[in-house]
Amino acid sequence: MTESEICYLSPVIDDDGAPFWRYAAQSQLRMQACASPACGELRFPPRPCCPHCGSFESEWRLMSGRGRIWSYVVPHPPLLPAYAAVAPYNAIIVELADAPRIRLVGNLVASADAALNSVDPGRLRIGAKVQVVFTDVDGVTMPRWVLERP
Amino acid sequence: MAGLKDATAIVGIGQTAFGKQLPENEKTLACRAILAALDDAGIAPSEVDAFASYTMEETDEVEVAKAVGAGDVTFFSKVGFGGGGSCATVAHLAAAVATGQASVGVAWRSRKRGSGPRPWKNTTVQLPTPAQWTRPYGLLRPADEIAMLARRYMHEYGATRDHLFNIALACRNRANQNPAAMMYERPLTRDMYMTARMISEPLCLFDNCLETDGALACVIVSAERARDCRQKPVYVHSVAQGLPSQHHGMVNYWNDDPLTGPAWTAARHLWKQADFGPDDVDVAQIYDAFTPLIPLSLEGYGFCGRGEGGAFTEGGALEIGGRLPLNTGGGGLSEAYVHGFNLINEGVKQLRGISTAQVPGAGTCLVTAGEGVPTSALLLRGA
Repeated sequence: MTESEICYLSPVIDDDGAPFWRYAAQSQLRMQACASPACGELRFPPRPCCPHCGSFESEWRLMSGRGRIWSYVVPHPPLLPAYAAVAPYNAIIVELADAPRIRLVGNLVASADAALNSVDPGRLRIGAKVQVVFTDVDGVTMPRWVLERP
Repeated sequence: MAGLKDATAIVGIGQTAFGKQLPENEKTLACRAILAALDDAGIAPSEVDAFASYTMEETDEVEVAKAVGAGDVTFFSKVGFGGGGSCATVAHLAAAVATGQASVGVAWRSRKRGSGPRPWKNTTVQLPTPAQWTRPYGLLRPADEIAMLARRYMHEYGATRDHLFNIALACRNRANQNPAAMMYERPLTRDMYMTARMISEPLCLFDNCLETDGALACVIVSAERARDCRQKPVYVHSVAQGLPSQHHGMVNYWNDDPLTGPAWTAARHLWKQADFGPDDVDVAQIYDAFTPLIPLSLEGYGFCGRGEGGAFTEGGALEIGGRLPLNTGGGGLSEAYVHGFNLINEGVKQLRGISTAQVPGAGTCLVTAGEGVPTSALLLRGA
């Protein structure tokens, strides 16, 4: 089975999250931010209003796409079939360089289109610098991560 | 303000056998546990006028009340977030009884997890909305979500797999004393633990709870009425629920400080209402779907400082005779995983003095619900 034939779970996108995925399709990592001039706080996951000031005005701010691994796991079966096929693979949490308290779950891969198990688990390290890349999975553009120094 | 402190008591407990693939269905198991608990209390089913369980409980109060022969029911409640709901079922009934909404409350949990499919496989329920940020990346199971916190915890504080083993071992040792436990007569060694297959690194097989069929129930009445019941009352001394600011179920990663989870929130309220503190707790039943929940909870409930939860497990601290005997029936790791309800009943057994791993003279017990999700906790006090 090649990477492109594997049926991973696709995100079920809600109203609040839709812009994130729309920008990802343009290879942009954008985060929701409060658009109230007095506030401007980033928030994740996306939601209707700002937990800091209550404003319903929001904008989607372009991120640098750089981050660091905050934690990681290496799942083994029992797993859903598509994931079992590539296990053991990695799932990581990336804290964004621009906003360290924004953390995204993702995968560390050798290159944008490489398999979820394309990086040797021995290379995973908390604090490792990573860079976002984008790849199409079943019609949805997914952000993934590569090591800044491969 | 009239508080809940010692206003109510657990006066009856009941359970079915625990196992994989029990022949009876969940409704039958629920009825058996409830009737056993009422019999233990010496209270007729027709006197029951309140029920509480989990939103994940599939036997509903209409069916259960009808089957066991309850009277007119004037209070019923269900608590969300899986294992986070266990202690809250007792808390809701205590509030109902203390405020006169009802007089005899039954809390229960019945589950055929040992026979049925794993809940995380149901992606149609799991995937929508918040899961769009986790599931596609292969963070599929509760074990994966907690392993992520565990890895960070170990990195920040130097906790080790040996610390997690200490927890698995303490629970297994207690199960080895408990003939009702699924892991009775099945000892665990360090070598078995260290060579076990991985589930989600850094967590191995023995860091994960059992898969169990079984049901449990308990009966709550006013402290006044409890004095006339068949068993020695176990007072509900303090109760709390906890949903921290900016919490996100299971994946607390979007909180400012993911390693201070719901336990911290529940604990602040729990101790505020209590006449005693962590140093006065004789025995603890701490929710153990996964071993890393124990150090996180030990810190949250104030048994040690931040980052000290791993070290706390050293030197037999969690064993009988140690500083804080843990999960004395074997817990979710080694007795049964019935969303933590067995921890409530085990707390009652300790304070009645009838546990299979009795802590001599136990007078106070902490019971907690699932950490990592909106949670709940109880402080129980013996008569």
